[in-house]
Amino acid sequence: MSTHAEEIPHVGASISTFAKVWIALLVMTGIEVLLAYEQVPAMIMLTVLLGLSIVKAALIIAYFMHLKFEKLSLFLTLFPMLIFCIVLMLIFLGDAVRIPNMRPPA
Amino acid sequence: MSSHATAMSSGGSGSVWEGGQSPYATNSKKFGMWLFLISDSLTFSAMLFVYTYSRVTNPDWPEPFDFSPAIIFSTIMTFCLLSSSLTMVLAVHAMNHGDRKATVRWILATMLGGGAFVVLHMSEWMKLINVEHVTALNNPWGVPLFGGTFFALTGLHMTHVICGLIYLTFIAVGVGRGKFKAEDVEVSGLYWHFVDLVWMFIFPLVYLMSAKVG
Repeated sequence: MSTHAEEIPHVGASISTFAKVWIALLVMTGIEVLLAYEQVPAMIMLTVLLGLSIVKAALIIAYFMHLKFEKLSLFLTLFPMLIFCIVLMLIFLGDAVRIPNMRPPA
Repeated sequence: MSSHATAMSSGGSGSVWEGGQSPYATNSKKFGMWLFLISDSLTFSAMLFVYTYSRVTNPDWPEPFDFSPAIIFSTIMTFCLLSSSLTMVLAVHAMNHGDRKATVRWILATMLGGGAFVVLHMSEWMKLINVEHVTALNNPWGVPLFGGTFFALTGLHMTHVICGLIYLTFIAVGVGRGKFKAEDVEVSGLYWHFVDLVWMFIFPLVYLMSAKVG
């Protein structure tokens, strides 16, 4: 608990790195909007959108949220369980695909 | 704090998993915020999953978002949030260098971005409710789950943005009065970036996947 907390320069990225990350995020958002405008087939669209979203999330977490500059143990404590839980949730998606086929014809 | 902690954890013998002074070389506030954000991301994951599940089970899912104006609107909202994340990073950067005035300015810029997001989002909601007659329980397309999942998901996110604005107000006022340390601004920044991050999934999955051109 240093009393000189404000005088210690923080280890992390520089302003130009933050600006680059911001521009990268904007470009990826632009690509996403362009895909929506071009009305790409749904499955291709979903795959590309999710891929870009994961890259964007990773950039935000790594640079803006500073995780790249924290100890690896913090990442290992927080993220594997989160990813595991999300993957477990996705197991039920198979059900969703089956339900429309189980409806009696109108 | 962090430099001491780093020295303690890396200077000690054995692995970080054997326990010790500060295995994460971070302060408790920041670690607490990380734990909250991880649990909150599970909440949002579950809600995004419910939205996706409902959508897949209903082949006649509505696509109420015209490219102009709805998608252009939500793109501007995304721009506001992304830019507010950049200004928040700059606020943390200024605070780390002890420049409290610049910190307050950057936090105010962040709040401006967040405020613009809320105003645009509310007008988007009002259009859906008043013009398209979509409510949480019913809509003209006969797929009531659309309104329920859409309003629950975006409403929870908007609540987070509004809470973030209140949180940042406290931080900005405190920093301006000489209270709070750099780590407090950084922790509020973590929360703000998380709100931005969640929108990076809601925007493509809810808006772009339901975009209607022409």
